[in-house]
Amino acid sequence: MNSNTPSSSAGGPGSADSTGPRRNTKRPKYSRFTQQELPACKPILTPKWVISTLLLVGVVFLPIGIVSLFASRDVVEIVDGYETECIPTEFQNDTLGYIQGLQNKTCYRTLRVSKQMKQPIYVYYQLDSFYQNHRRYVKSRSDQQLRSVSEEGDTDSCKPEGTADGRPIVPCGLIAWSLFNDTYILTRNNQQLNINKTHISWKSDRDRKFGKNVFPKNFQNGTLIGGGTLDPLLPLNKQEDLMVWMRTAALPTFRKLYGRIEVDLQPGDTINVTISNNYNTYSFNGKKKLVLSTTSWLGGKNDFVGIAYLTVGGLCISLAIVFALIYLVKPRRLGDPSYLSWNQNQGAR
Amino acid sequence: MSSGKPLLSQSGPLSAPQPHPIHHNRHSSLTLTSLGCLHSASISSSISDETQGNNLYDLKEVEEDTVATTVSRNSREASAFWPKRKEYRSEELYLQCPRRKRKGLVSWGGVADSWLDISALEVSGASSRGQDNLNKSRRSERFLKISMQLAESIPHHDNPRLIHINDPKKTNEKADFSGNEIRTSKYTFLNFLPKNLFIQFHRVAYLYFLAIAALNQLPPLAVFGRTVSLFPLLFVLTVTAVKDGYEDWRRHRSDRNENNREALVLKSEKFYPKRWKKIQAGDVIKICSDEAIPCDMVLLGTSDPSGIAYILTMNLDGESNLKTRYARQETNNLVLEGSTISGIVRCEQPNRNIYEFTANMELKGHRFPLSQSNIILRGCQLKNTEWAVGVVVYAGQETKAMLNSAMTPSKRSRLETYMNRETLWLSVFLLIMCLVVAFGMGLWLKRHNPELDTLPYYRKSYFEKGKVGKKYKYYGIPMETFFSFLSSIIVFQIMIPISLYITMELVRLGQSYFMIGDRDMYDSSTNSKFQCRSLNINEDLGQIRYVFSDKTGTLTENKMEFRKSSIWGKNYDCRLSLTGPSQDIGVEGEDAKFYRQKWRLKSEIFPNSELIKLLYKDLYVEEKIAAHDFFLTLAACNTVIPIVAECPASGPDCTPGDGRKSINYQGESPDEQALVAAASAYGYTLFERTSGHIVIDANGEKLRLDVLGLHEFDSVRKRMSVVIRFPNDSVKVLVKGADTSMFSILKKTQPSDDPVIRITQSHLNEYSAEGLRTLVVAARDLTNEQLAEWQCMYEDASTSLTDRSIKLRQTAALIERDLTLLGATAIEDKLQEGVPEAIESLRQAGIKVWVLTGDKQETAISIGLSCRLLTTDMHQIIINGNSEDECKKLLCDAREKYFVKSASCRDQIPKRKKNAEIDYLEIPSNTKSASPQLHAGQEDGPTFRPLALVIDGNSLVYILEKDLESELFDLATLCRVVLCCRVAPLQKAGIVDMIKGRTDDMTLAIGDGANDVSMIQMADVGVGICGQEGRQAVMASDFAMGQFRFLKRLLLVHGHWNYQRIGYLVLYNFYRNAVFVLMLFWYILCTAFSTTSALTDWSSVFYSVIYTSVPTIVVGILDKDLSHKTLLKYPKLYAAGHRQESYNMSLFWITMVDTLWQSLVLFYVPLFAYGESTIDIWSMGSLWTIAVVILVNVHLAMDIQRWVVITHMATWGSIFVTYGCMLVLDSIPVLPNYGTIYNLGKSPTYWLSILLITVIGLLPRFVFKVFHQIFWPSDIQIAREAEILRKRRRFFGS
Repeated sequence: MNSNTPSSSAGGPGSADSTGPRRNTKRPKYSRFTQQELPACKPILTPKWVISTLLLVGVVFLPIGIVSLFASRDVVEIVDGYETECIPTEFQNDTLGYIQGLQNKTCYRTLRVSKQMKQPIYVYYQLDSFYQNHRRYVKSRSDQQLRSVSEEGDTDSCKPEGTADGRPIVPCGLIAWSLFNDTYILTRNNQQLNINKTHISWKSDRDRKFGKNVFPKNFQNGTLIGGGTLDPLLPLNKQEDLMVWMRTAALPTFRKLYGRIEVDLQPGDTINVTISNNYNTYSFNGKKKLVLSTTSWLGGKNDFVGIAYLTVGGLCISLAIVFALIYLVKPRRLGDPSYLSWNQNQGAR
Repeated sequence: MSSGKPLLSQSGPLSAPQPHPIHHNRHSSLTLTSLGCLHSASISSSISDETQGNNLYDLKEVEEDTVATTVSRNSREASAFWPKRKEYRSEELYLQCPRRKRKGLVSWGGVADSWLDISALEVSGASSRGQDNLNKSRRSERFLKISMQLAESIPHHDNPRLIHINDPKKTNEKADFSGNEIRTSKYTFLNFLPKNLFIQFHRVAYLYFLAIAALNQLPPLAVFGRTVSLFPLLFVLTVTAVKDGYEDWRRHRSDRNENNREALVLKSEKFYPKRWKKIQAGDVIKICSDEAIPCDMVLLGTSDPSGIAYILTMNLDGESNLKTRYARQETNNLVLEGSTISGIVRCEQPNRNIYEFTANMELKGHRFPLSQSNIILRGCQLKNTEWAVGVVVYAGQETKAMLNSAMTPSKRSRLETYMNRETLWLSVFLLIMCLVVAFGMGLWLKRHNPELDTLPYYRKSYFEKGKVGKKYKYYGIPMETFFSFLSSIIVFQIMIPISLYITMELVRLGQSYFMIGDRDMYDSSTNSKFQCRSLNINEDLGQIRYVFSDKTGTLTENKMEFRKSSIWGKNYDCRLSLTGPSQDIGVEGEDAKFYRQKWRLKSEIFPNSELIKLLYKDLYVEEKIAAHDFFLTLAACNTVIPIVAECPASGPDCTPGDGRKSINYQGESPDEQALVAAASAYGYTLFERTSGHIVIDANGEKLRLDVLGLHEFDSVRKRMSVVIRFPNDSVKVLVKGADTSMFSILKKTQPSDDPVIRITQSHLNEYSAEGLRTLVVAARDLTNEQLAEWQCMYEDASTSLTDRSIKLRQTAALIERDLTLLGATAIEDKLQEGVPEAIESLRQAGIKVWVLTGDKQETAISIGLSCRLLTTDMHQIIINGNSEDECKKLLCDAREKYFVKSASCRDQIPKRKKNAEIDYLEIPSNTKSASPQLHAGQEDGPTFRPLALVIDGNSLVYILEKDLESELFDLATLCRVVLCCRVAPLQKAGIVDMIKGRTDDMTLAIGDGANDVSMIQMADVGVGICGQEGRQAVMASDFAMGQFRFLKRLLLVHGHWNYQRIGYLVLYNFYRNAVFVLMLFWYILCTAFSTTSALTDWSSVFYSVIYTSVPTIVVGILDKDLSHKTLLKYPKLYAAGHRQESYNMSLFWITMVDTLWQSLVLFYVPLFAYGESTIDIWSMGSLWTIAVVILVNVHLAMDIQRWVVITHMATWGSIFVTYGCMLVLDSIPVLPNYGTIYNLGKSPTYWLSILLITVIGLLPRFVFKVFHQIFWPSDIQIAREAEILRKRRRFFGS
């Protein structure tokens, strides 16, 4: 019961006539929009549509699959796990003691090149069971601090590696603290292979994310050393290993770029690797691998994309055939009213 | 209905020990009397002096009062209005007690005493038994709801409010009466924010948001950034606040308009205009004709010497006729003399009851009572009275109109109820996921417990000076497990699709916009658009199984038209001319001059030329005299008020200066108006009525008739009569009434021989068979002695303070006898346009149409026939018993006759559903024009003839309150048509309630009058017709429209669309959120259960708010599977809603399985594609974000049935918007994900993965869909194919 209504009906019977001709009608105005009659495309799944869609997918997917598979097959990869091999036999039962001790941790490995590897050859290290995606780990960084000197004290998110001796750590946080510090020296035929470690990080990180006048301070000065140290004289945007490391990995098994070899390796080449096995993955039974790999346009060696595309493409084509057969064997005329439920039921009775 | 009637004896003892605090002298004197005769008089007295036929009518009322009593006894709340009830009772019984004593004397009805006693016993027994049942039954609660809505609220008797007339200062001195300023707005500028927030947080959904946001503020749980986590809540709050603010601003505006209107207020002996909002209680106000009344006021005087004022109460109770209100003679004289009045009005505290007012006035030491007839209420309009003066008693918010402006109870749609059920399932999933994460976390921590101190990616401790220091955010394994549980709730929060509620609100808003804008639901005759008054139940329109329709005003136009008359045994058809009035004017020579009417009527009637000729013949044969008297009676014997207006100068169809005046008849019943108008068309125009005389323009001759007395129509006598003195001093009684009550009081001159009576009777049968409403007209000359006797008695009766109505009835009986039959009238209540077609379509759609009407059985059946509800090949089962046993017998007979299988009347219930189904499928279809094949295989079960059930209100009294209800239900659901006649408003609600309580089917009630309100509110969907009877039904309804026939379009087209849209919307939203959450879940399993999300905080929040919300809304509003043409052509397609095709459990589970598959694809494809690579967490997150957005949008695109530009924009637009957002987010160097997408976009694997995810994710769904369409095409699917292919063929063919 709305009290506002009296005003509208105040005119009375007499006044109705006088306003007759120009009575404002409430009739909704016509537009194709309000009447829901906009020009529309109404797709229906006709046999033609279904089959051609499936065929199209198949035709597109199969070549992509083949090309991807070839690309992946072209990639040559040498993987060498060294976490146990680099422990001297006497320390096999005390890996943790070895890695935390002060022994010489140099270790020699030999890799054999079975196929020609064209430059650039990427050198990766691969860690296993290292949860770089753990919530505590991912959040333990200060992006403000990495960018500018003035934000040096912004270490709230970095605990428990925010400060040491009451002074802020730059770069702070668990990520920086646990910087990977194994090093590799590769030699071929007693000739050292140069590993180019420039531009292994993202350009955007170098340019904007890591400050060019932010220098490491107070880093790894605490009692518990987590990993590698940084050259306090180099600004952060020159510390490419740090930048690579701080792009935390998505999965517990990950590779990170160590550097590039800019010469071709020939089949039959033997590469001697001198590893300084410093990084402690033994506390959590993590594995370490050294990877040498060429790349294709698709990236590293990974058959999945190619196989998946081939499978899906094949599946679509076979489905197209199945549907074509169904339409041939048991055609249903589209819009055939005899299939309507009420007609079917009446027929059944 | 239930308020003014006597209560049963059970209530007596209760009232005795606590006499109610009455402060009116009149009432307190009554109390004793009434208590004295409570027990003995209860039921029998109310029945004692009624004729046999009418007895039933009151039984029904008694029964209803039983309900009311029970309700009030049962409920704590109801006890609040006990004092009120007692007061009614005391007053009523005081009137009734003496009646019983006089029972023996009253014999005019020809009722035997013995019969009376039996029936009285029967009734009281029956009703008390009924009460026992009621006490136990669940029904009482539901009825309580209705009766509470219909009845009044708590009165305050303890402290009357004192109003000093014309002294507002003194009046408002002590008491804090509200001013006349009204405020329908909720907020002011200052309190908007706190109040709006307070109101918004009443919603569970918002509390959920708030809880999640609060949880996220706890340091150990901070999964998202703090600002990020507040974003969804703030977004929702802001949107709602803006919407509320806008609505409130509009209310403010209309309040301002209302408050600034002006009224004349007395101030130092003169009336000055004053703004409405400044008016106070105690002010004396003058209202002029046609003005609206600004507040509730007691009439002091009017321009009429007798103090009568006519008011239009349309806005208040929805009745369109004028009502009379009186100023007390004492004050009226003072006002007319022009002297000021100063006195005190004592009245009850403000309450909602618009039919009650108790007060008294103290004037110069005298005290006299004031009642309902002395008050005019805000919202009414003064009509036909030059001016009226009154004193304000209630102002502003305390007026009855404002107190009554409560909102209609909100309803919740069926689909939403189901949706909530599925939401529970989703909560279960959520719980499982959180438990998995929490347990995983616990186990992981346990396994790694020794290493945790130094573990590079966990580091639970600080190290100071070589020692393990204090813990960092580590609270022990159990607590960590618990926190992990909580934080996983935060991460997975959108699994519960809270945003869906907001989405649905927006979608319904959009749907309503299109429903309102539908030009095919605009009624030009009343200039009314479709109205959506409730925004919660749009989709229910697509699942209606039962339509309960009022008849008068809903199926019919409620515009009475005089159609036929039988005068002196001769039938005159009044609508013979198809050629229009010009032909009638062509009635020869001398008649033409008479035909030039002096009076212009609102409705055009084309008189029967034969009858005209008869009337203007200069013969004095019996026939002519009868005709003369006949029309005189029509013109005189009524309570219609003529309102004469000069022809407006610029009127479209009235040339100025021709002396024709327009005349407008206002009266309580449309029938009377029609009769008076008809009389006028035949030259007998009533144009003046005062309390003492009427003036009739009879064939140009001004006839002033003194009205000596008038016996108004009542439901007992079913007739009315006037005693008229003609200018030549002869006195006549003119009577008109229902045929049943008239033939018994005709002159008893060899009744079988009188051909007039016989022929008239046969005419009457003819008329009512055509569905016309009939009245019999008769007259009688009075001799002087008779007149004197009557006059003496009439004067005595009409001035009597006690028993007035009974005395008047006796007086009437004195003269209403030995009448001469003049003839009969037949009035047509025209069917609305398109009603039969609409009903036919609804029925084909599998909707059962029940008509509930107050009309009598014959009329109901004939209307049923004319609107094709009933067909001639139907078996009619008629239930009209006068007792419980009789009803039971009738029901059982019907069952045995038509359903031979069940010998007993009990064990049918399991079969019911099946039968109902068959019934529906068997509906013969005749809309098969589209294809010849539809005809094939159609056969009508010859053994199964459709049934129609006709049941009347009296039987319903017995059936609804007894165990018979289930039998009626079983029978009624087997019948194709159910017609209920003579039902009371509360019974209408009772029937709806019966269906609601016993089936899962959706009900819709449609009606136009105040008597349909309870039914409209009871049904799942209430539809109001904006018709002749005002706004009451519309105010209570969920949807309102101008014509019944729009119901077809509303249900079949909009209902179907809305249902299908919302059903899809809900499923899609479940899917959309679940696929996202599952994707996060799989990832969390790879992060040592640490609730890390690879997605950036902002992306996770934006996902459901920005990235994917718009397309769902657009599709929910704009998508449509079939065109309205197809839907209207094949009403059976509506059954998709009945079968719940768009939303059901199995669809939900299928969707969930699909969701699981898609989430696995989403997670594992990138995982494998980037396995053992250098991919970082942000790149992976970025890939997942875009992949999931593309996937859900393409999924949606696959299901869109109708692509318009907006759909394209929304769907593909959201993908672009997502990319845009990600570009922006990845361009902020301070975020850890800086530069991600720029680097990622360079790699082909990224793009190949997205394509792969989309295709693999959707392939099963696509294949399933195609298979389903090939092998199990749905009706809608076929119709859609037919529609589109036909159009295409036509397009290419031409």
